Amino acid sequence: MQVNGEQVKLETPVSVADYLEAHGFRAERVAIELNGEIIPREKRGDTMLDDQCVMEIVQFVQGG
Amino acid sequence: MNINPVTEASVEATPLPPQPKVVNPVGTAAPMLPVEDKPLNLGGYEFQSRFILGSGRYDLNLIKATVEHAGTQIVTMALRRAQTTENSVLDYIPEGITLLPNTSGARNAEEAVRIARLAREVCHTDFVKVEIEHETKYLLPDNAETIRATEMLAKEGFVVMPYMFPDPIAARQLEEAGAAAVMPLGSLIGSNMGLRMRDFIEIIIANAHVPVIIDAGIGRPSQACDAMEMGADAVMAYTAVASAGNIPLMAEAFKNAINAGRAAYLSGLGKVTEGQAVPSSPTTGYLH
Repeated sequence: MQVNGEQVKLETPVSVADYLEAHGFRAERVAIELNGEIIPREKRGDTMLDDQCVMEIVQFVQGG
Repeated sequence: MNINPVTEASVEATPLPPQPKVVNPVGTAAPMLPVEDKPLNLGGYEFQSRFILGSGRYDLNLIKATVEHAGTQIVTMALRRAQTTENSVLDYIPEGITLLPNTSGARNAEEAVRIARLAREVCHTDFVKVEIEHETKYLLPDNAETIRATEMLAKEGFVVMPYMFPDPIAARQLEEAGAAAVMPLGSLIGSNMGLRMRDFIEIIIANAHVPVIIDAGIGRPSQACDAMEMGADAVMAYTAVASAGNIPLMAEAFKNAINAGRAAYLSGLGKVTEGQAVPSSPTTGYLH
């Protein structure tokens, strides 16, 4: 699958919530876009990732 | 003649005459409102401060002090791909501050809408500063795409604050598209060049039905004061503060300048007599 523009290998299907936790993202600080659709916080636990997914994980940074 | 000594009871029985209401001078501690000023209204949300602050390019640990010295209530930020090792800027912004995400990086209306929706998902704010640029040398905003994005986002309930090139016709079209404010550039982003677009910003201010916030290029407090004297509703600054030697102190200098300019605007500036002196002392009774 593709995460933030990079190819990553997904060993086993995991939920968005589990992926974020396993990779050290702070769930409350990021927004998730999966295949062009925003996945609301409350649906991250039920949304499964697969090899074909394109995911963007974004957060706020300093800026004007 | 009443010569009775003043007793405790008589003091209590004699109410004080009405006291003149003391108005807090501009630039001191809260309340910050100049005399009889109205709050800045952005899409129905009211703010006492007229200084919008960029959050970046300096040590995260300075953000809190800078926000406090600026007296600001609105802080901007950008949205980017997350790095797990990065600190979150949100951890450093004091409670109660309204977050204003920008859409920097967007090259057209669709990309701006995408970024705005993601920003709303992160922090549940409806505020968005639309910023659409195609190149990095001048970073000029694309007014046509900005108008399109404004219309799309306003329909989705966002409080849309578009960064724009100061074209008075585009300002009108942004209003019609549902903008909560317009944010014309004073000069190139980050250039500290000041109010180079003054003549056109004056036309925008004269005809606006929404707040006009001068964004980009304001390089020093005197320029922010100048913008407020002209009748701008607020000023946004970022580089001028971030590139200062003492960042919190410069934020405070901007706050004072913005308040001074606002008070001058509300007071009504005196008439300019071009090339003609006007005596300030009597012109009679001379000793000759």
